[in-house]
Amino acid sequence: MNTIENHTITNILVSGIGGQGVMTAAEILAESAIDQGFDVKKTEVAGMAQRGGVVTSHVRFGHKVLSPIIVEGQADIMLSFEAAEALRWEHWLKKEAVVLVNNNHLEPPVVNLGLFDYPEDPIAQLNTSDKIIGYFDATAIARELGNLKLVNTIMLGAVSDFLPFPAEVVRNNIISRFQQRKPKLVAINEQAFDMGRAKSETIRNS
Amino acid sequence: MTSAFNAKKDERCLVSGNEAIARAVWEAGVNVAAAYPGTPSTEIIEYLSQYSTIYTEWSVNEKVSLEVAIGASLAGSRAFCAMKHVGMNVASDAFMTQTLMGVNAGMVIAVADDVGLSSSQNEQDSRYWGRFAHLPILEPSDSQETYEMTKYAFELSEQFDTPVIIRLTTRVCHVKTLLTIQGERIEREVGGFKKDPDHWVMTPVAARKRLPIMFAREQKLRDHTEISPLNSLHKGTDAKLGFVTSGPAFLHVLEAYPQASILKLGFSHPAPLEKIKSLAKQVDYLVVVEETEKLLETEIRASGVLNVYGKDILPNIGELSPNILQPAVDKLLGKEVSEDKKNSNKLFPRPPTMCVACPHLGPYFALAHMRNVNITGDIGCYTLGAGQPWNALDTCISMGASMGVAHGMDKGRGDIDSKKAIVAVIGDSTFLHMGMQGLVDITYNKGNVTVLLLDNRAVGMTGGQNNPGMGKDLHNQDTVRINFVQLVEALGVKKERIRVVNPYELPNVMKALREETKIAEPSVIITNEPCVLVDAYESRVPLKVVAEDCTGCGNCLDTGCPAIFVTHRETVVKPNGREKELAFVRIDSDVCTGCNLCTKPCAPDCIIPMSGKDLQQKVVEFRSQEPK
Repeated sequence: MNTIENHTITNILVSGIGGQGVMTAAEILAESAIDQGFDVKKTEVAGMAQRGGVVTSHVRFGHKVLSPIIVEGQADIMLSFEAAEALRWEHWLKKEAVVLVNNNHLEPPVVNLGLFDYPEDPIAQLNTSDKIIGYFDATAIARELGNLKLVNTIMLGAVSDFLPFPAEVVRNNIISRFQQRKPKLVAINEQAFDMGRAKSETIRNS
Repeated sequence: MTSAFNAKKDERCLVSGNEAIARAVWEAGVNVAAAYPGTPSTEIIEYLSQYSTIYTEWSVNEKVSLEVAIGASLAGSRAFCAMKHVGMNVASDAFMTQTLMGVNAGMVIAVADDVGLSSSQNEQDSRYWGRFAHLPILEPSDSQETYEMTKYAFELSEQFDTPVIIRLTTRVCHVKTLLTIQGERIEREVGGFKKDPDHWVMTPVAARKRLPIMFAREQKLRDHTEISPLNSLHKGTDAKLGFVTSGPAFLHVLEAYPQASILKLGFSHPAPLEKIKSLAKQVDYLVVVEETEKLLETEIRASGVLNVYGKDILPNIGELSPNILQPAVDKLLGKEVSEDKKNSNKLFPRPPTMCVACPHLGPYFALAHMRNVNITGDIGCYTLGAGQPWNALDTCISMGASMGVAHGMDKGRGDIDSKKAIVAVIGDSTFLHMGMQGLVDITYNKGNVTVLLLDNRAVGMTGGQNNPGMGKDLHNQDTVRINFVQLVEALGVKKERIRVVNPYELPNVMKALREETKIAEPSVIITNEPCVLVDAYESRVPLKVVAEDCTGCGNCLDTGCPAIFVTHRETVVKPNGREKELAFVRIDSDVCTGCNLCTKPCAPDCIIPMSGKDLQQKVVEFRSQEPK
């Protein structure tokens, strides 16, 4: 089992595309850390950048967090909602970082127009020698469960065992959110979380 | 987790600077708050609108929002307005005279600088307004400070008879940090307006009398900043290195150099020069870390400090995050600096796009297919029309500028452009904000511009806020709805030169543009379908591509709709010997809303609505993709 408990500050980079739920996932991680008594800072983006563009949220927690920004090369964990977006931010990771990727390829219009190429297999281009990489198609699982918005919960499930606190903290945070807002969706989110968690089990044990 | 809105005294919540400022404004007993949406300040008034005890509004532009706040202050109510940095340019006419007048009840302006240009046309430093208007600038670095400083700002405003600017940046507005609530709302007596022409009627005679009062106020403020607890020294163990900094840059400095002595300026203008000089004497290097311009540094140099460093080693654009700061300061200290980690992965860009089924897609498809046209643009989602695949917007400057710039292009054209049509593209909210005056200028001065007024009934780029063209106010209550046809006619456009078109009906859009650009007088083409982000938008049955009928013409891709994806490409040789690349497509039915725009240019008519059977099959397909 690989955890990052000994680090003073935990740096999580959540990456994806505007509209994919990057901000919500980061918010849940931040709130889970607060539940554990940590100081937390979390960056957001709004306006033009959100319109289908590249989006990241920096989540930092520890005894006392100063700058809200994760410095390049210092992220302990990356949670990426799209395959190429994981590649885009690879240089933000420190050695031995944990990377969890939704292996879903979303080509932007500039690629569809033939102006740029989308990498054949972005995951294969990641440097595997100095980090721990887990990837799977969370979008396909969400479809299977009947709601694409579940990608968020699935990815949080996948990352939940790599945090310096128990996975149940994140799980409970998600459940209590849905209990307050959409109680009908509690059960399906529990299932999605557990499926995501099971997906990263293999890399955890490797 | 509780929001700042619900939180009681001593409760903690994770909130953005925007949410923190709203809570503070409420607690400070403010009665009137106004704003126009603009990243990164938009959410301030949205959060404030939750508090029913305060009157809040979307104003038509920032100048009006400031004037509303001034009026409320004169009436004896504490007042507040919020805007993005460029909004302050619009408001500045009122602002520069209000600083002479002073306030009746406390008045605070939150100005949010988009440091790093996340969603703006320029990067300007609002701290200049403090120097320009001789009034205080407060600069918080996180949500707790934003909350505390905002409450204090109202006290300061009343104590010194001055409007106060809270200078925020994107990293304050849009970073969530922990906030501990310290109190509840304190209602304040509304003193009422006292008629006093020497104080409130700024004729030259009255204003001349106010000038010395304003300068005396500035001197008092200068004395005050020297003793303000908001300007505090974090005494470090490193005798060599000292910093003067403010805003989020303070946090970056503290993170990168915890051993240094750091003078943090929360009350940054007037600058506490004596405090700064005293620190300069204690260290070898005094580094000024300010986002973005060289303001403090210039003043510190002018005060005779010699060991000061700043923009000679740091950039005057963008954020001064630890990865920018550290190499520059280390180099100054003579330390070895390692190379920056660079992304070695060469990757396609992913610029912002218009939304799936956006009502602007059709008009831009039409503009992109026009020849001999110069297109002046404006500020909004439709600025994205400058990008791929349309490349159909030639200028973007400021709110409403499409109008005047188009008129100037018409009047200033040489023979080389004599055959070119001039089209000004503007959205509904921007037109009401500052575009109307430009149109009056065009009609009054017998111009020749075709205005394409993209009325999507929302302020789209900032998230679909209501505006006066929509018939709903900030609280989503029904109100008057500005009638654009009547409005532009009243502004002098001939009735027969005003057309309303459905932006999804491509042939009609193209016909209207073709015809109106041929007629040498002002015309306005108004589109009439709502933004896909607003409640009024109704999705229809998603579309699909009949793959066997797709000829790979790629016309649908020219709409720019992000729901259309290429499945494969083929290169064929045409009879004339030229090579042509074909792109066969599919539509992502998960996101398609059935707007039908892409069916219009489709050559083989192979884009059709999904049937009930398709929709069933879709589910089966998903099932078959069992994760392994």
